[in-house]
Amino acid sequence: MESIGNLLLGFSVALTPGNLFWCFVGVFLGTVVGILPGLGPAATIAMLLPLTFKMDHTAAIIMLAGIYYGSKYGGSTTSILLNVPGESASVVTCLDGYQMARQGRAGPALGIAAIASFVAGTVGVIGLMLIAPPVARFALRFGPPEYFALMALGLTMVVFLAGKSMIKGLLALFVGLWLAGVGTDLFTAESRFTFGQMELLDGIDFVIVSIGIFAVAEVMVNMESRGGTELFKVPKGIRNLMPTLKDLKDCRFAFLNGSVIGFLIGVLPGAGSTIASFLSYGAEKAFSRHPEKFGTGVIEGVAAPEGANNSETGGALVPLLTLGIPGSNATAILLAALILWGIKPGPLLIQDNPGMFWGLVTSMYVGNVMLLVLNLPLVPLFAQILRVPYFVLYPGILGISIVGVYSISNSLFDVWLLGLFGLLGYAMRKLDFPAAPLVLGMVLGDGLERALRQSLMMSEGHLSVLVTRPLSTTMICLALAILIMPLVNKVRFFRLKAMEQDV
Amino acid sequence: MSEKKELLSGICLGSFGVYVAFEALKLPYVSEFGPGPGFFPLWIGIGLTLLSLLLIVASLFASTAPENSKSQSRTAIGRALVGWSGLMLAIGLLHWLGFGLSLALLAVFLILALERRSPWVAISVAFGLALGFHAIFVLALGLSLPAGPWGF
Repeated sequence: MESIGNLLLGFSVALTPGNLFWCFVGVFLGTVVGILPGLGPAATIAMLLPLTFKMDHTAAIIMLAGIYYGSKYGGSTTSILLNVPGESASVVTCLDGYQMARQGRAGPALGIAAIASFVAGTVGVIGLMLIAPPVARFALRFGPPEYFALMALGLTMVVFLAGKSMIKGLLALFVGLWLAGVGTDLFTAESRFTFGQMELLDGIDFVIVSIGIFAVAEVMVNMESRGGTELFKVPKGIRNLMPTLKDLKDCRFAFLNGSVIGFLIGVLPGAGSTIASFLSYGAEKAFSRHPEKFGTGVIEGVAAPEGANNSETGGALVPLLTLGIPGSNATAILLAALILWGIKPGPLLIQDNPGMFWGLVTSMYVGNVMLLVLNLPLVPLFAQILRVPYFVLYPGILGISIVGVYSISNSLFDVWLLGLFGLLGYAMRKLDFPAAPLVLGMVLGDGLERALRQSLMMSEGHLSVLVTRPLSTTMICLALAILIMPLVNKVRFFRLKAMEQDV
Repeated sequence: MSEKKELLSGICLGSFGVYVAFEALKLPYVSEFGPGPGFFPLWIGIGLTLLSLLLIVASLFASTAPENSKSQSRTAIGRALVGWSGLMLAIGLLHWLGFGLSLALLAVFLILALERRSPWVAISVAFGLALGFHAIFVLALGLSLPAGPWGF
């Protein structure tokens, strides 16, 4: 009953014409910055922050949150169409989304990304509304050993991303882990593997590596033959550009999986939407009836990670609003905004500012509907990009890649690195090394090392700390089970083969 | 052919693993706060080396597959590397000529050298791309991109 009252209060705030307008401005800007690499949600929110000082605070937080979750909708567009991840959480979408585009199914891929984002985004908001305080308290039980176990569980996703050769998948993963360690050690301020380059002291941004090994390498592969290989077929007719009922049916578990995993990972400060999308993709593949088809253009491979990275936004607002703990750059700037306006996020926020809290939550329902209405009609329009001749598309993709990388920190050194990682990605393609495990290692490497070292500091060097706490023990057992699974399958395969030969 | 590639990548990655482990040994393995900065890279280096050895062994014992008719010809790889060289050249020019002009030159290079289209097509595409990027990223989004002596 209380929930219904809160919901009604929220809608009475969110549905005022002024708040509806700012919600639309937020989600529209979010979609634009999500589509175009180079300007992420954190930078956009930071740039617009001074403009909000004279605004009503509820309207301002509705708009800023709209930019945050709106950017997640747009992030998949360049991943699917050009193999350029618009933001880090959209890297996994490249795996199947781009393959779908190559098969002439860019429209359904873009459509399912929007629908999955809507479904999971709405589930994330429901989660934020119903279970925010208890889930936030649960998340506080996560110490370094639990974070290490979570990261280890994330690393086991290599099993699902490795492709034909597990050894090659693991090698790519280890290279990713090494890359994540380049730069200044946060515990001792010692520099590692910087080769005397000042620019490497801050480490290598994960976006540079992703764009290099996905986008630049893809362009190089297509440059091999004159006139390019026939990549981009775009079927005519709007009906062929939208997901079919069968597509939606195929994705029903992906929607659920993305929603749940995204929300739970979002609640954990620091875990982030990239990890959520990797875990969701891995889970979808693990429980799929046709895991071998993942990576070749399977629609569930787009729906699960896109759902997860949108549901994560609802989850990420839980620790921010109920505990005052930001889990990402964008939520850190939202926290700064609340503090600048004189509002203290934390357990008393709901009690002291019910109109703002419930207004924000319900505006996210409204914003998700706006995003779906805004994005679905754009699908046929975006799909037309693929009709652009290849000799325009290739320099265009390289230009977008350079802009995306340069704008991270306005550094030309980063652009040189982009070129080098492009060459590495091309070599990996030629030598049949999978690229996704390398990116996975880079995403998780830093957090894994930090959590392991903090755990060992806590226990004065005893590794037992990782397996004596119930949550971490459960996750480590799960990780081991996932790692052992392919071996068991292989043994079973050989046994069956031997039995067949005996017969 | 495939085994040769695996052997070569195994040797390269194995050497890299040994390098990582040796460099990590120069860093403190333990610090006063617990594990030191060399702790994690050392194990990564060891892991890389062991996995590379496995790859080498697997390639030595693998049955030789017949030569694939679709195996990449040197010409194809050469074309890709020419394109990549063009990209690196354009990156080198960013500081001197700015983003717009460097992108335009890259487009002209790719279209003329790799696609063998007419110079008019190359110039039109280059001009359109440079103008489009400037309009979207600099004018509309306010991003600061490397500028040349002409201010763009």
